[in-house]
Parts: sequence; C-alpha cells; structure tokens
Amino acid sequence: MTERLFEGADWDFHTLQRITDACEEVALKDLGLDVYPNQIEVITAEQMLDAYSSVGMPLFYKHWSFGKHFAYHEASYRKGLMGLAYEIVINSSPCISYLMEENTATMQTLVIAHAAFGHNHFFKNNYLFKQWTDADGILDYLDFAKTYVMQCEDRYGRVEVERTLDAAHALMSHGIDRYPGKKKLDLRAEEKRAGRRRQHEEEVFNDLWRTVPKGAAKSRTALSIERRRKLLGLPQENLLYFLEKSAPRLAPWQRELLRIVRHIAQYFYPQSQTKVMNEGTATYVHYRIMTKLHQQGRITDGNFLEFLGSHTNVVFQPEFDDQRFSGFNPYALGFAVMQDIERIVTRPEDEDREWFPDIAGKNDVMGVLRDVWANYRDESFIAQFLSPKLMRHFRMFHLHDDPEERAGIRVDAIHDERGFRRVRRELARQHDVGFIDANIEVVDVDLSGDRRLILHHHVIKGSQLNETDAKRVLQHLADLWTYDVSLIEVDANDKVMREYVVSPRPIPAAVA
Amino acid sequence: MPIHIIDRRLNPGGKSLENRQRFLRRAKSLVQGAVKKTSQERDIKDVLEGGEVTIPLDGMHEPRFRREGGTRDMVLPGNKKFIEGDYLQRSGQGSAKDSGPGEGDSEDAFRFVLSRDEFVDLFLDDLELPDLAKRKIAHTESEGIQRAGYTTSGSPANISVSRTVRLALARRIALKRPRKEEIEELEAAIAACTDEDERLELIAQLEKLKAKTKRIPFIDPLDIRYRRFETVPKPVAQAVMFCLMDVSGSMSEHMKDLAKRFYMLLYVFLKRRYKHVEIVFIRHTDRAEEVDEQTFFYGPASGGTLVSSALQAMHEIVRERFNPSDWNIYAAQASDGDNSYSDGELTGMLLTDKILPVCQFFAYLEVGESGGSAFDLSDSSLWTLYERLRNSGAPLSMRKVSERSEIFPVFHDLFQRRDTAQEKAAP
Repeated sequence: MTERLFEGADWDFHTLQRITDACEEVALKDLGLDVYPNQIEVITAEQMLDAYSSVGMPLFYKHWSFGKHFAYHEASYRKGLMGLAYEIVINSSPCISYLMEENTATMQTLVIAHAAFGHNHFFKNNYLFKQWTDADGILDYLDFAKTYVMQCEDRYGRVEVERTLDAAHALMSHGIDRYPGKKKLDLRAEEKRAGRRRQHEEEVFNDLWRTVPKGAAKSRTALSIERRRKLLGLPQENLLYFLEKSAPRLAPWQRELLRIVRHIAQYFYPQSQTKVMNEGTATYVHYRIMTKLHQQGRITDGNFLEFLGSHTNVVFQPEFDDQRFSGFNPYALGFAVMQDIERIVTRPEDEDREWFPDIAGKNDVMGVLRDVWANYRDESFIAQFLSPKLMRHFRMFHLHDDPEERAGIRVDAIHDERGFRRVRRELARQHDVGFIDANIEVVDVDLSGDRRLILHHHVIKGSQLNETDAKRVLQHLADLWTYDVSLIEVDANDKVMREYVVSPRPIPAAVA
Repeated sequence: MPIHIIDRRLNPGGKSLENRQRFLRRAKSLVQGAVKKTSQERDIKDVLEGGEVTIPLDGMHEPRFRREGGTRDMVLPGNKKFIEGDYLQRSGQGSAKDSGPGEGDSEDAFRFVLSRDEFVDLFLDDLELPDLAKRKIAHTESEGIQRAGYTTSGSPANISVSRTVRLALARRIALKRPRKEEIEELEAAIAACTDEDERLELIAQLEKLKAKTKRIPFIDPLDIRYRRFETVPKPVAQAVMFCLMDVSGSMSEHMKDLAKRFYMLLYVFLKRRYKHVEIVFIRHTDRAEEVDEQTFFYGPASGGTLVSSALQAMHEIVRERFNPSDWNIYAAQASDGDNSYSDGELTGMLLTDKILPVCQFFAYLEVGESGGSAFDLSDSSLWTLYERLRNSGAPLSMRKVSERSEIFPVFHDLFQRRDTAQEKAAP
C-alpha cells in the first residue's frame, strides 16, 4: 500500500488516474462521501480564461458581455495582475472538474481531492442544490439555450436578441425564486416543453381566427384590486418571472429568452448562498485526503510540504488593517469552522459543551459534518457553528457605521462574553443573500389606467439604490414591459423615500 | 465508480472569439476613440503592432440594482485594541478599507489588449478614398467565382456526391439491376431447396441475376457529375495615388519627419484597404524624380524649390501610364509652402489646367516648424495659391500641421468617409 503515487512534480494521465483512485478510496471509505461520477478534464490557461468568461460553464450562449469579461481577464492575466484558478468545478452529473495543465503533481492531487470529491459531495448532498438545481440536466439545458439563442438571432436579428438579453441580464439578480413551493426544475423536460410549445403553435396556427368577431369586451372595473393582484400573482419578487408571464407585448421567443436567463440565475442561486460552506467543505476534504495519503506514504514529505504551502495560502485570512484585506476569506472561515467542529466533536471543552450540547463529544466527526454539509447554508451555518473559541481566534469585532453619528464608527461588540452572540449574529447576516440583495418586488399594475408597472424597494437601514444603475436597470425593465414603470423606495414605516418613473424607449425600426 | 480523465488541451482554442467580436462591435465607437488616442502617442511602425487600449467602462456598463449608503454593520477580523463602545475616526486608516470587497465599483476605465489586426482595422475603419467613381471591367484579378450547375467533367475535388448517387440510383432502377436483397433471397431459397430440378432452375436464375449485376455497375462513369463554377468579371475601381513630397533645403528635419509620417500613414492605409491602388512616389527639389518607396522614405536629398517640377512630372506620368478615363487619380502633396516666386504662375496653371481636371481629389499638407510660429505671420505662397483655387471650386483639401500629434487627426480629417460617397464606394 505504500507505493508512491508520483515522484517529483511531473505527471501524466496514468498518474492522474492513480491519484484519482487513491483520493476516491480515502473519500469514500474514510470520509464516507457520496459523490456524482467524476469527469476530470485537463485544460490550458487560455481555455481557463474562456471558462472564466462564461461563468465557468463549458458551453453558453453568445453575448457581448462574456467577450467583455474575457478581454478584461485576459488583460489582467497577461500583465500578471491576476493568477488563474487551479481548477473549476461544475455542478453537473457527471461532475466536471477542470484542472490546469501547469499544476504540479502535488497540486493536481490537491485539486482533485478539493474539486472532484469535496465540491462534488457538497453539490450532491446540500439541500439548496438538491432543491434548486438539476445536475443531470444542466449541460443539456445550456446546450438547448445556446441553440435557441442562435436560432432566435437567425430569425429575429442579432440586435433584437441582444436587446432582450441585455435587459434580462440586468434583471438577473431579481429573477430568482427565493422560496420553494413550486416543483423542482427539470431542465430536460423544460427543453422538450419549449420545443413542443413552439411546434404546437405552428400546428394550430390559423389566420382565420383573427377574423372571428369578438364579443363585447368585459368590463374591467368589475375586478377588485385584490382579485387583480391575485390574478397577476402579486406581489412578485421574481421580476423576470413576472415579465415572462405578464408583460403584455413580448413575443413568445422573448419570453423564452427571459425564461432561459431566469433558469440560469436560479441554477447559480445556491452557489452564492453557500460560498463559505462550499469552499470550507472542499478545503476540509482536501486537507483530510492529503493528510491521509501522506500518512499512507503515498506522497513524499517534500510533496506534502509543497501541499501545506499552497494550503496555507488558500486559508490565509488577513486582518482588517492589512493591505491585503478584502473581507472574510470563505476558504479560511469555512475551513476553520469545520476544523473547529471536528475539535468540538472529539475534544470538547466546557465552553463547547455549553454552546454546542448536541454535538460536543459525539465522536462521530464525519457523521456530524455530513449532516452539516447537507442541511445548512452560509447564514445558518455561521449562526449555528461559529464557536467563541473561533471568534477569539479571529479576534472578530462588530462595527456599526451610522452616517448620522458624528463621533465616528462605533465598535458595537467584540470577542468577549458580552459580544459573542451579537458578533455571530451579525456575521451570519452578512452572509445572508436575502439581506444583501435589494428587496424589490412588483406590487401592482394599473390595468384600468396607463398600465404602469409599480415596484417597491423595501429599504433596509437607509441603504438606497445606486441612482445611475437603478435608472438604467429600470430602463431595461420598461423596455420589456413596454409601458411606464415606477419604482418607489419605501422604508420600514412605509414612508416614501424616493420615486423613479421610467418610460420605455421606442423600439428602433427593424434593420432590413 | 468509473472516472473519466479527458485531455482537453488540444481542443480548438478561441472559444471566446465570437463573444469578443460581439464585444468589439458593440464598443466600436469607444474603442475607435481609444485607438486614435493611443496611436497619437506612438510611432507609426508601432501603431501597426496593436496593443493595449483603455476605454471608459461607462459605455459598456452592465447595470444591476445595487444598494449603497445607509447604516452599515460589519464584522471584521483582527481586533487588537478596541473594546465595546469605542469610536473610530471615519477618515482614519481603520475605516479606509472597511468598504469590503467592492465589486468593481472603483474601476472607471477598462483596459484590454487588441490584436494587431483588430487595432489597424479599427484605426482605419472610417477612412476611404473619396469619389471612387470610375469603374471598369478590368483584367484577371477582378474575377469572382460563382456556382453554375453541374457538369460531366471536372476535377475529382468537385465531384458532387449527392447528384452522382442520385443519377446512379435512377439508372439502376431503370435498367433493373438486381438488388442485393433479391440475390440474398435467392441464395437462401437455394440453400433451403430440396428438390433437385427446382434447385437447378434457381441456380440458373441466380447466375443470370449475377451476370446482370456485373453488366450494370453500381456507379457508372456516366453517373458522375461535377459541380461547375464559372468566373464572372467584377467591376473594379482602379486608382492611383501620387505622393508628392518637397525635400528641398528649406524643409527642416522636423518638417520632413512630419511629411514622411503622413505618407507612411497614407501608404499603410492604401496598402491595407485597397487592392487595386497604385502608388507613385515623386519627390522634388528644383527637379522632380519618381522614386521607389525606399528612396522616398529614407533617401537623403536637398536643393532649391520648384513645385511645378513635381506637378509636371505627375502630369507626364498620368499621360503615359494612367488614362484618366480608366483611373481614379488622387494626389497628396506635402510641402513647407515655399516656392520660387517665379514658379507660382506655372504651378497654378499646371494645377488648374492639367492636374485638377483629372484628379478626383487633391490633398495638400503644409508642414511647419514645431510651435507653429511661422503660421502666424502670413500664409505661404503655395497656401495662398491653393486657397484661391479651392475657392473657385477645385476638389482640393488643405491642412496645416506643425506637431507630430496633429498628423493622425489631420489624416483622418482628410480621408474621413463622407456620407455622399458612402453608397458609391466599395473597394
């Protein structure tokens, strides 16, 4: 068993196979992970840049903004401002991990353990991913989206498609269902459904219907406000969904494009909620696997030191007054909490027994962690498992910055007995996307009047929308809605703080 | 569990090329502005090397609903001395970095690298030769190829498989060539047959069928069809550009440098954008000579000034080689504006009578000393002359240049695509 996996830094495809087998053995037997089948792909730096520009996905529809991101990444990479990731992993089944060809053998082992087993397990087992994403169907769906966008460009012109996609992208962050209730997405069926619907429309098309006389229009005033709002499904915070279903003058293909953008946004939604956990899991897993391989004598002391070097870089957390500080490093925080859970489960102190009676001294590290990985997201994970010991370790403190306060920024709580719970609650809130994203919803449509769409932004703690951006996004929204759109910013007491009204731009005459 | 390891490194690159082109198309005007600005700071040779440009991010902004301001709460690591209830000064070091990871809020410009081709294309994009009107069915180079049905002879590369197979099928059906299944059926029947007589009969049938199969080939040379192409002549606008440069003693090094830059740009522009443009280089002192580009750009010369000599030389070349009814004729002249007093009349006459009538466009570039003080005094003799001609309606454009940085704008100005010419001109 003590045969070395590799010597030195070089590797070939047989080495990769041996490494993956060895990692798999540890992951499945020792850690009890449950993963999608793995597919490992070796790529070059240029291909990595390609992947960057299409949010890591192997295929995507064409749009100028991806070209912009590519140009941006390429320029900073060439100048050496930016290093490239060692790997990219995709939440799909099979789970695809891209490895950079420049990695040394040790680094390949690290990233295989990290991505192909750590992230992979998390994707397959975390409740958010189970609820919101369809790993089996995503690649097929992206393929469908790409073809569909291309067909639309052929039929309706690139400019028109671009206009719709631009608008949809601007609203992407508000094209998400945040609460379950609808059934889980089945992207394969989705793709078939789109095709069937189009076919049906073409089959039943009969121009004669147009000539059938219509009865007298029903009186709209009969609709009560309550009923109208119910019919339109209001209030609705998924703006893209609302437009897709209710915008009066969109062509069917435009609705389908909105739907595509919405589904893709939904697919990425769990990732933004689980950055700390996802990276923490992967880092914890690669740390365990690498240590085990070293213990088994399968990697040399030298290679293990190389691994420790990069591992330390990954989990480095600069302090707030450090030049390099840019917020909490999700790798560092996630990994620290998970190691801390391991400590609490195996070697608890009195403080831990008091704070974590459920898991302290339970001795089944992997059982507890697998449960954590399956059932929490960043916000609840931090709120539950950030221990006083860790807060002391990071020397965390809570700042409260009220612009009204003349004296400056107040230190609200620090890592002491009085502050632990407050610091923890605040850090958890900082990782709650529901709290980070602006809370905007469609509240009403003036159906009897000028069809104006009315949105509310519920302002939290006086934080209003950036004006230029808000106007531009609303412009896109108005273009899709094709009538006026107004956005009202209201605070907690329903006091109106600001109102935007935007009219749609005239549609430029189609270019022959 | 099976694990697939795939080597993707050999996959074709450039997956983002399409997106990049879309981006460039979209940002065209912005990038163009940036390209021109960048090129002013560089040598002409470097201009053609491509490079990094910076465009304002604003034009390519992707808006999102973003929140800002208000009361903020944050948890930070690394407390050293604070206790609950302390106040931190806002302007102090402690709060400077507190804004957290700004998602690109701070980048107000967007840098990226253009390839050489992209750069030059954008650089020259809105330029053209004005009034490229005279078109003529010209010689070989201007022939286009188009599909024209099928033919029975041709090169193997042009075989049309579908057409060939279709014809073969029709012929096989018409001549009743036995199908493979028929023969197989018969063979099976023979194998199954027990009666000797019937068997012999079947075998005879089979032999007949096989003989027929041999006689009627699956694909006959008769069936083969080739895609036919024919050449169609395309009208091509032929043009010639005369570059007239004053290299006399009165031209300082600086002026010569300016003139040469201008012509270098013109040269690049013509070479890249027009296939059928001839360039004639003429330099003059008090005598004019036609030279090759090497001499034109790099050969030393000095002497007095007689502008008419260059015009005379141009006139002769036109008469000998470029029939004005077939050629679009252009000229660009660079000079410091000095001319012998006695030569003015002859120059004016040559221009009005001989040169301008045959020219589509005549550009005059007057180069001056750095600082431009010379211009302030009075117009040079040539400038005065040309201005008079222009006012009487000659197709003449004039610009003054005294700084390197002015070359690009002036050049663009001279060859800017004009709306009226837009429909007519396609190189």
